[in-house]
Amino acid sequence: MRRILATLKIALRALRRNKMRTVLTMLGMIIGVGAVIAMVGIGNGAKSQIEAQIASFGENLILVWTGSMTRGGVHTGWGSAGTLSVEDAEAIQREVPGVVVISPEVRTSGQVAAGNENWFTQIVGEGSDYFTMRQWPVVQGGGFSEQDVRAANKVAVVGKTIVDQLFPGEDPIGQILRVKSAPFVVVGVLRPKGLSVQGQDQDDIVLVPYTSAMKRLLGVTMLRSINVQASSPRMLNPAQAQIISLLRQRHHITPGKDDDFTVRTQQEIADAATEQSKTMSWLLAGIACVSLVVGGIGIMNIMLVSVTERTREIGIRMAVGARGGDILLQFLTEAVTLSMIGGIIGILAGLGTSKVIEILKHWPVMTPALWIVIAFLVSAAVGVFFGFYPARKASKLDPIDALRYE
Amino acid sequence: MNAVIKLENVQKVYHTGEVDVHAVRGVSLQIEPGEFVAVMGASGSGKSTLMNLIGCLDRSTEGSYLLDGTDVSKLNRDELADIRNQKIGFVFQGFNLLSRTSALENVELPLLYSHPPIHGREQRERALGALDIVGLTDRAYHHPNQLSGGQQQRVAIARALVNRPALLLADEPTGNLDSQTSIEIMGVFQKLNQDGITLVMVTHELDIAQYTRRTVVMRDGRIVTDALVGKRLKAETELQRLREAQQAVQLAP
Repeated sequence: MRRILATLKIALRALRRNKMRTVLTMLGMIIGVGAVIAMVGIGNGAKSQIEAQIASFGENLILVWTGSMTRGGVHTGWGSAGTLSVEDAEAIQREVPGVVVISPEVRTSGQVAAGNENWFTQIVGEGSDYFTMRQWPVVQGGGFSEQDVRAANKVAVVGKTIVDQLFPGEDPIGQILRVKSAPFVVVGVLRPKGLSVQGQDQDDIVLVPYTSAMKRLLGVTMLRSINVQASSPRMLNPAQAQIISLLRQRHHITPGKDDDFTVRTQQEIADAATEQSKTMSWLLAGIACVSLVVGGIGIMNIMLVSVTERTREIGIRMAVGARGGDILLQFLTEAVTLSMIGGIIGILAGLGTSKVIEILKHWPVMTPALWIVIAFLVSAAVGVFFGFYPARKASKLDPIDALRYE
Repeated sequence: MNAVIKLENVQKVYHTGEVDVHAVRGVSLQIEPGEFVAVMGASGSGKSTLMNLIGCLDRSTEGSYLLDGTDVSKLNRDELADIRNQKIGFVFQGFNLLSRTSALENVELPLLYSHPPIHGREQRERALGALDIVGLTDRAYHHPNQLSGGQQQRVAIARALVNRPALLLADEPTGNLDSQTSIEIMGVFQKLNQDGITLVMVTHELDIAQYTRRTVVMRDGRIVTDALVGKRLKAETELQRLREAQQAVQLAP
């Protein structure tokens, strides 16, 4: 222990002797480790935000879209084919075990107006259970009822943005909202959700009964998608399988033919969404690794210079009784000290950068403690790996030659 | 009592390129405790090689070497390092102190590599003790560049003494010093020798060799003369004489 402390003291003194060189050598490590810490923090923040958003859709959801992602090898895009009928939705509700509620969905965008104001927005037709299912409560007024859906009543629940744009300073409840010229009565206001991860305003929406939307706004008979809620996470996969076989049967799809619909559980959607950020994280981690290697090579380079410069010192130490191992340890300690101090500064720089991004860009940054530990250990390992060769070279010097070195 | 150095038919051959260089060709030499020996010879005589062999910095190709009763001719690198640490103190021509390191820390250096390790406080005490022997206690915290050549060489002597070695080995210790300082250093050696320390010194200066007790002359890798010093000089007397001479020409007050 005493010996290690003495060695550390020698190393620190040697590093202090060439301050500028030490700092420049550390810079490689600082940038490498700093980049890793910042990237991991940003990537994690993005991932958790996406997960939180998908979780906020509701619990145990299964989404059924019309159309298939691939039909005969050609991507057709979700919801383009119009193959899901209201009867399909009712059959899922009736026949698939574990399904609690469903909400058939249609979607369009268009002009809405009230008084002199008008606004272009998303118009979504849903079932009456949509609000509970998506955990998106109505904070003012109320949602539309089963009765409204059945009768295709012209009622609407609006998001906060619509209120701000069309009813500034007014109570929107009971007011007339002209949706694509058709008059709807505003019955409720949704709880504000804010921006999505992709930067879309989730409160810029008008919700109407899907029946009203189909009959009065779109003039269509087919659904775009069906939201299904299962009773428990355990029921998700069996229900998904049941829905697929039920719809295939109802759509008379013979075995071997592709589905004309797509069924995804909430988990699959979350996975798909985070997959992208994961790929990004790996890419950045790779770049960070490259900069760590470059930093390590810098350390090796400087240590080789240092060994040559201090050949005489090595000779003196050997003459007075330093073993090869003592010299090896001394130079290795120096390299590891160099890389670890660089690593620590890098960690702090990375955390600082994350904080700045968090404050300036309002981007949630989460740096797991594990990654800080990993970054620290990796920087130590870089020092050992890249310091070993120069240290070994120093320890193998011949004392006579080293003493004679000018 | 064992001889401090017992060389028997020691040879050293360097294999450089196609020709083998016989630097030392069969040297037998015995040095008893308390001796003060000068090894002399022109350059190329093999005295430096012999010095390296005696100092356990190198191993002989042939022959045996007993240092303080230990056969060191078959030891490996680490064992030689330990022998150097425990039994030999080196004094070099160019002082070989670590720059930007205090005199005290330079003297402590050998203790750093002692097995078993020596406690920090004891290190300090022993280093201060060694500095006291060479009369430099008041310069303990000075760096080598703040010391004169003679003072630096005294620090080097203190470093050589700190592990209480069986043998103090000096390689041209006065080569970089002026004549007065050289005599002062020889005075330090003579005093140490009086206190019972065995010294071996390589030099090519005849007048410096006059301060020792025994002179070994080498030529072509062999010992050609091995004789006691007849008219031995005393550093104290010589210094006194020098001072008087300086006063005569008003060089010194």
